[in-house]
Amino acid sequence: MAIKVIKVLEDVLGANTELAKKNQARLDEHGILTINIMASPGAGKTSLIMQTIKNLKAEINIAVIEGDVASSLDAETVNAQGIPAVQINTAGGCHLDANMIAKAMDELSLENIDLMFIENVGNLICPAEFDLGEHKRVMILSLPEGDDKPHKYPLMFSEADVIILNKHDLLPLLDFDMPAFRKVIAGLNPKAKIFPVSCKTGEGIEAWLDWIRGEIKKANQRLP
Amino acid sequence: MHEFSITQNILAISLEKAAEAQASSIIKIRIGIGELSGIVDDCVKQYFDFLSQDTIASQATLSFEHIPVKLQCRHCQTVFSPDRDNWACPNCQQLNSEITGGRDCYVESIEMEVA
Repeated sequence: MAIKVIKVLEDVLGANTELAKKNQARLDEHGILTINIMASPGAGKTSLIMQTIKNLKAEINIAVIEGDVASSLDAETVNAQGIPAVQINTAGGCHLDANMIAKAMDELSLENIDLMFIENVGNLICPAEFDLGEHKRVMILSLPEGDDKPHKYPLMFSEADVIILNKHDLLPLLDFDMPAFRKVIAGLNPKAKIFPVSCKTGEGIEAWLDWIRGEIKKANQRLP
Repeated sequence: MHEFSITQNILAISLEKAAEAQASSIIKIRIGIGELSGIVDDCVKQYFDFLSQDTIASQATLSFEHIPVKLQCRHCQTVFSPDRDNWACPNCQQLNSEITGGRDCYVESIEMEVA
């Protein structure tokens, strides 16, 4: 018997990343803009999706993949709007991965979709590490969570293309330091767009909708 | 639960490499964990003990190397490892850095017994 040491240096998430690339190629074939929505539980992921559906469903075809630890409540809420939704229950898992998305995509008729939301599991840590094949990462911070969150979860904030500041209507009641927050984000992730909104009152939603409209145009340009 | 899928991948990569090398058993797996990856090594160990049962890795020990966060200042290009919460550049004090290390988790090397 001999002992042998081999150098491997293989990324543990390599298989997921490969599968995510395949997902994205499949989405691009159909020109579907895909947005991965990440946030803590209760920050407003479903509310943002519902607001967007309400405002854009006359213009474009939307579909939703809902990730939750358990239950199909969110998918039912979306379905009630006449929007196709696939529920993924992660059975305790803290994030979605590319394989789950590949399976969920099989259940949707991709030729009829312009915009697909993937609502990730409520968590500010793990989802940031798993590429799903999305085109854009959107994270929601609701103001009551506090302006210190980028210090505690830097990866999530540094990877987001868009940061939605939800529950903006509550700002007068909170100690949320907006200039300090913007300064930290400008350092961590200068390219991130920040949209303060209130999914409850509709305040600020128009800027978010315009951003989506612009990105859908880009997705159509990716069509083969 | 995050560590569960991570551990499944570590085991799969190790068993694949060991099979390629025609190993009879895996003795040790060295794993690099970036500080920003949020992976807890004790948790990986526990899952590994469970998942590796009935494989040639069942007796393997895991050793972890923690890779510190590495940042590069976009302003003055200084490369530094930040203190826990303070990501300001130690040279120019600007808070404007790019993450250049400490994100990944990878299997570094595998020690195995070959006939």
